[in-house]
Amino acid sequence: MQRIQMIEKEHMRMDLPEIKPGYTVKVHQRISEEGKERIQVFQGVVIKVRGSGTNATFTVRKISYGVGVEKIFPFCAPTIEKVEVVSKARVRRAKLYYLRQLRGKAARLKEIRR
Amino acid sequence: MVRGILAKKVGMTRIFAEDGSVIPVTVLEAGPCTVVQKKTVDKDGYNAVQLGFLPQKKSRVSKPLLGHFEKAGTPCFYHLKEFKVQDIDAIEVGQQITVDLFKPGERVTITGKTKGRGFAGVIKRHGFKRGPETHGSRNHRRPKSIGCCEFPGRVIKGKRMPGHYGNETITVKNLKVVDVRPESNLLLVKGAVPGSRNSLVIIKKVG
Repeated sequence: MQRIQMIEKEHMRMDLPEIKPGYTVKVHQRISEEGKERIQVFQGVVIKVRGSGTNATFTVRKISYGVGVEKIFPFCAPTIEKVEVVSKARVRRAKLYYLRQLRGKAARLKEIRR
Repeated sequence: MVRGILAKKVGMTRIFAEDGSVIPVTVLEAGPCTVVQKKTVDKDGYNAVQLGFLPQKKSRVSKPLLGHFEKAGTPCFYHLKEFKVQDIDAIEVGQQITVDLFKPGERVTITGKTKGRGFAGVIKRHGFKRGPETHGSRNHRRPKSIGCCEFPGRVIKGKRMPGHYGNETITVKNLKVVDVRPESNLLLVKGAVPGSRNSLVIIKKVG
C-alpha cells in the first residue's frame, strides 16, 4: 500500500487552500475549447468533500440563472489553476445535501466571525 | 530477448494526465526475475526460458525443486514460469529480467487468476436482470424460464445457469503501459487486471 501512496504523492497538489464543507470558493479552471485555452471561474458553496489521496474530490454548488448547478472537482486535477476561499461558514454536517431543497434566504449559511 | 515477466499485483489508483484527464491505473510489482532454466530445440523440442520470481527460504522448498535450483546456481523462488523465446543464445542461466523490458505507451497482455466468488447466481455470474422486488413478485434473483415445453423437451446445451464463478485464469489483452519505474520495479498499466492484491500475474508483450 505504501508504494501506491508514493505514486499518488507525485500527483498530489499541496498548493490549494484548505477546502471544507460550508466554504464559499472560487474555482479557476483551465478549459480548452477548439485549441484555445481560457479560464472559467466557478463560484459556489462546497457541499461535499470525499475520498483521499488522488481520489479526493469536492463538490461546489451554485444557483445559475435560477437553476441549481453542481460541479465535482478532483483536488489534484492539473486543470485547476487556483482556488480562492471567499468566505467560511459554520456548518454542523459533513455533507450539505439539505441545501438542495432550500432556495434564496433559507439557503444562507452562518459565517464564521473572527 | 525474453518478451514477458512475472509480477505481483500491488493495487489500483488513479493518476492525472497532462491535459487533466484521469487515468485509472493498476500498479504491478514486476520482477526482478531470474532465469532458472534454458530449454532448447535440441534438448526439449522448443526454445524457452524458465523464470523464477519472489525469492523463498531454502528450507521451504521441496527436495526435487531444491536440486533444480542448485543446478542452476540461483536462489530459490516461489514461482516458476516458462516463456517462449526466439533467440535463446543471448540468454544465460542466472540472468536477471527486470521491468525495463517495457516502455511507456507499449501494449501488454496480462494473465491472472480472478477472485473466487464461490457458487454464484445468474445475476452475478452472467449479468442477468433481476425480477421486481415487490408487488407480489416471488421472482427476485431467479433465472426464470430455462427453455421451452415438449419441443425440444430438454434444456439447450450451454444455457447460462448458476454455478461456480471466479478463481479461473483470465487474460486481458492490449493494456497500455502508462509508466515504468525500474528503480522500484513498478509497472503502471491502464485499466484493471485480474486477481486480488498480491496475486501473481504474467505480463507479456503484444505481438
